[in-house]
Amino acid sequence: MEFVRREAPYLESKADVATMMLQVLVALIPAACAHVWYFGPGLLFNLIVATVFCAGGEALMMRARGRAPETALSDYSVLVTAALLAFALPSLTPWWVTATGSLFAVVVAKHLYGGLGFNIFNPAMVGYVVILIAFPMELNLWVAPRMGDIDYVGLSILQTINYTLTGTLPDALTFDAVSRATPLDAMQSGLRGMRTYAEIRTNPMMGDFGGRGWEWIGNFFAIGGFWLLVKKIIRWQIPTGVFAGLLIPAGLMYIIAPGSNASPGFHLFSGATILCAFFIATDPVSAATSPRGRFVYGFGIGFLIFVIRKWGSYADGVAFAVILMNMATPAIDYLTRPHIVGHPRRGDRP
Amino acid sequence: MTSGGFLQQLQTGLWKDNPGLVQLLGLCPLLAVTTTLVNGFGLGIATLLVLAMSNALVSATRRWIKPEIRIPIYVLIIASLVTCIELIFKAWFPMLDRSLGIFIPLIVTNCAIVARAEVFASRNTIGVSIADGIGMGAGFAMLLMAIGAFREFVGQASILSRLDLITGGEPFNGFSFADSGLLLAILPPGAFFSLALAVVLKNYMDQRRRNSRGAFASRGLRRPHQ
Repeated sequence: MEFVRREAPYLESKADVATMMLQVLVALIPAACAHVWYFGPGLLFNLIVATVFCAGGEALMMRARGRAPETALSDYSVLVTAALLAFALPSLTPWWVTATGSLFAVVVAKHLYGGLGFNIFNPAMVGYVVILIAFPMELNLWVAPRMGDIDYVGLSILQTINYTLTGTLPDALTFDAVSRATPLDAMQSGLRGMRTYAEIRTNPMMGDFGGRGWEWIGNFFAIGGFWLLVKKIIRWQIPTGVFAGLLIPAGLMYIIAPGSNASPGFHLFSGATILCAFFIATDPVSAATSPRGRFVYGFGIGFLIFVIRKWGSYADGVAFAVILMNMATPAIDYLTRPHIVGHPRRGDRP
Repeated sequence: MTSGGFLQQLQTGLWKDNPGLVQLLGLCPLLAVTTTLVNGFGLGIATLLVLAMSNALVSATRRWIKPEIRIPIYVLIIASLVTCIELIFKAWFPMLDRSLGIFIPLIVTNCAIVARAEVFASRNTIGVSIADGIGMGAGFAMLLMAIGAFREFVGQASILSRLDLITGGEPFNGFSFADSGLLLAILPPGAFFSLALAVVLKNYMDQRRRNSRGAFASRGLRRPHQ
């Protein structure tokens, strides 16, 4: 009889990059359904365009780097990049805008830095920031969410495809009829126009906490995020950090001056807060890696989101906050190295 | 420091040791001003003139400059030359001067000029120093114009817009190819991307030329003396 001899570790984790990325994609499905329900089928077309250009860009770059494209494409990380970019975009986005962002994300932010594992910036957010700066007009067109008492003008599937391909609306419709200010836009311009928080909340597009539609999409992101937490794809420190970093200053400001500041609930359920906390900030490559470092990293992102929303010129600041904290990641990891058993702690006499 | 013929100095400044592409000096004006070809041309010419004259003056006075206080003296020489250039621009090209704004006086702080005074003009004869100044200045000006043209073409989809800043006459909005371009190229990030692309292109061309020389390349080997 032959004895099987094995070295430690005896229990191996079955997780690999491809499984992880697929689980992240699955976790995005509930929010995608909610997004399509509230904002129309535009998300699906953005997703198709982003996937085609992200995957194409990755294949081209792998070829240019003299490697087999299949090795990079088979880990599905490029699909997650494409999905996050598509979620960041308004549901009506012309294809060339999405394509620019996708190519920039994959070619510049991912492969010029060395491919998966070496990119210091979150590729999807880099792509989004580039098109946010390059095409401010196109990225302003958020359609009204589907809710009873707003004069909702929905676009049919064909009209959405037409807009995605050509960037023009049907003759009978104007941009003003279709698009609405996002809740964050309305809040920012309202507060700067010296109106009080309670006044702005009376706008029919505001829901229970955030904007109508938006807050429900946020809830579905949270469902997917909790599932990822249970499956241990992401750790709790980063989402907790993001929420703490955003809600603590927002809560303090709201207690001090409730008229001229949005409530923490509004901050939590508007814009991309929940998407950021569970899906964007938790990118395993560009986030901090030590347990305390993860919390600091998330807290920094949340705090920067608050600062940009409150004092910045953009209504939402998730992408900028994530990129800024990506830059700080090496320093955070260096300063929060875990204590190794048997080694002297900092401050101990040798 | 080599001191070959005039043509060799020119080649060094224009390509081999280009202040912008290789030494990466003077990046502040290079990134800030190059939104159009005309702007890049204006600042490039101003820098070229200052660089040639400052090299000549520093080289001529190098015997009497005490090493301990050489940098302040270089700055004095460069600042007086820049003042002359600025007044000339104000007198003859007032519109261009207004378009370039603070960046004409700021040529004083262009590190490419102090660097040439320090590493070249203070150790070489006048003739060679002038050649070096012209070569380096021309290299810098060419880079400014190339990046300006690229950013203008991508960002505004036009070329030679505001040529009237130099020639005078009616406002001229350039030969335009489309209604609008990629706004990003005009914004500050576009400047960094354009410069990075230019550096990549230069290194790529140098590598191609090196590889095509000699049979080592065909076997993927580096030549022993590169």
